[in-house]
Amino acid sequence: MSTVAPTMTEANFLQASLSINSISCERDERILFKNLSFRCDSGSLLQILGFNGAGKTTLLHTLCGLRPAAEGEIQWLGTSILQNLAEYRRSLFFLGHQAPVKGHLTVRENVEWLKALHGSNPSGSVDDALEQVDLGAYSDTACYSLSAGQRRRVALAQLYLNQCPLWVLDEPFTAIDKAGVSRLSERISEHSERGGIVVLTSHQPIELSDVNLLDISRFQPSPEEQLYCG
Amino acid sequence: MADARVVSIWRGSKAIFWRDMRLIWRHRSDIVNPVVFYLIGITMLPLGIDASRQLLAAIAPGMLWIMAMLATLLSLDALFRSDFEDGSLIQFQLSDQPLYLTVLGKVFAYWLSTGLPLTLIAPILGLMLSLPADGYWALVFTLIPGTAVLALVGALGAALTVCLRSGGLVMTLIIMPLYLPVLIIGSSAVSNAVAGFGYQRELALLGAGLALALIIMPPAIAGALKISSNQ
Repeated sequence: MSTVAPTMTEANFLQASLSINSISCERDERILFKNLSFRCDSGSLLQILGFNGAGKTTLLHTLCGLRPAAEGEIQWLGTSILQNLAEYRRSLFFLGHQAPVKGHLTVRENVEWLKALHGSNPSGSVDDALEQVDLGAYSDTACYSLSAGQRRRVALAQLYLNQCPLWVLDEPFTAIDKAGVSRLSERISEHSERGGIVVLTSHQPIELSDVNLLDISRFQPSPEEQLYCG
Repeated sequence: MADARVVSIWRGSKAIFWRDMRLIWRHRSDIVNPVVFYLIGITMLPLGIDASRQLLAAIAPGMLWIMAMLATLLSLDALFRSDFEDGSLIQFQLSDQPLYLTVLGKVFAYWLSTGLPLTLIAPILGLMLSLPADGYWALVFTLIPGTAVLALVGALGAALTVCLRSGGLVMTLIIMPLYLPVLIIGSSAVSNAVAGFGYQRELALLGAGLALALIIMPPAIAGALKISSNQ
């Protein structure tokens, strides 16, 4: 009863590697991008750029194994993610552009249910996490009375609670104030210093060193190819 | 180690169950809605048709079941809606907990908040329709597994239509045919009990239906949610 599922150790962090091998993604019978390849090794930070509708969110969903890629393969630790999806998901933390926060629950309750859902790598207390995102004083406040930025922070508290080596964050800086942005950037660079991988989308330039940029607009198919496939 | 794994598998569905129970409790009007519908529907019957005891007693088993079914249908649309809209559904999918167990936790919380209150209020409504004394236990005993099957089957319809802007009508069309056997078996059990026959056979059929639904429905709902959330 008391034994806990094996946690990711520091060594696992340092072995982390994610590679995307020439994937294509379609949505509603339209090709969003083709032959997209990149590789993230332990400690790397990747910012995905692209105009609105270029397929950034679709790419992140594909990366999480939520939807299959039309072509190509995604590898985690050298094996295809589809081969061991359960294990892959245990090493992954994804935060979409909406905050999965329920208005009728208090801040603490919201953090706790999300933690329990991802809790095979538990670490840190909820109180500490709430302090880190400046919501310590709000822990018993119902979330419907919070501002959009504060709701976002409730979801971001998970970044102080999980031990997943791979973070996939969709627009994590939206609606966050200046102090919050620098706190979040600090947390992200801390994670990559430990050897974790962060893949994120953002329209603003982020104040972090060693950010790799990937502009997916460059991988758009030409109009002829689009027509041919449609 | 194997033990720890079992405990950790249920942890996610327990967390979601308690989360939903809290949400339902703080949003109490949602529970009251189907019960009020049931109450009003049954109260209107004697006024709209005929208040003679004989007629009411004859239609009571069927009416009590039909109204319970419609009341369930009324509340189904919201089951996955807010989780779909705020991205919780994606978190369910990405959790290391199996999605079908998370779904089972959600459906159980839903049944406790609609199926159970409907079952508990049914005998009082039976009194209004002058249901003969022999029918009460049959009504309660069949509604318990019956509403559970309705909740599980209905959750599949809700999961399939969650991505549609106005999925209510489509959902009704999908699940109505699947509700018919439950309605037929349930109401005939109550009629049999009223007529003085046994209703063990119907009860056994509903129990078998519930067992089957418990096995088949959670993976089916999980599959439907995966498809819906990809749209």
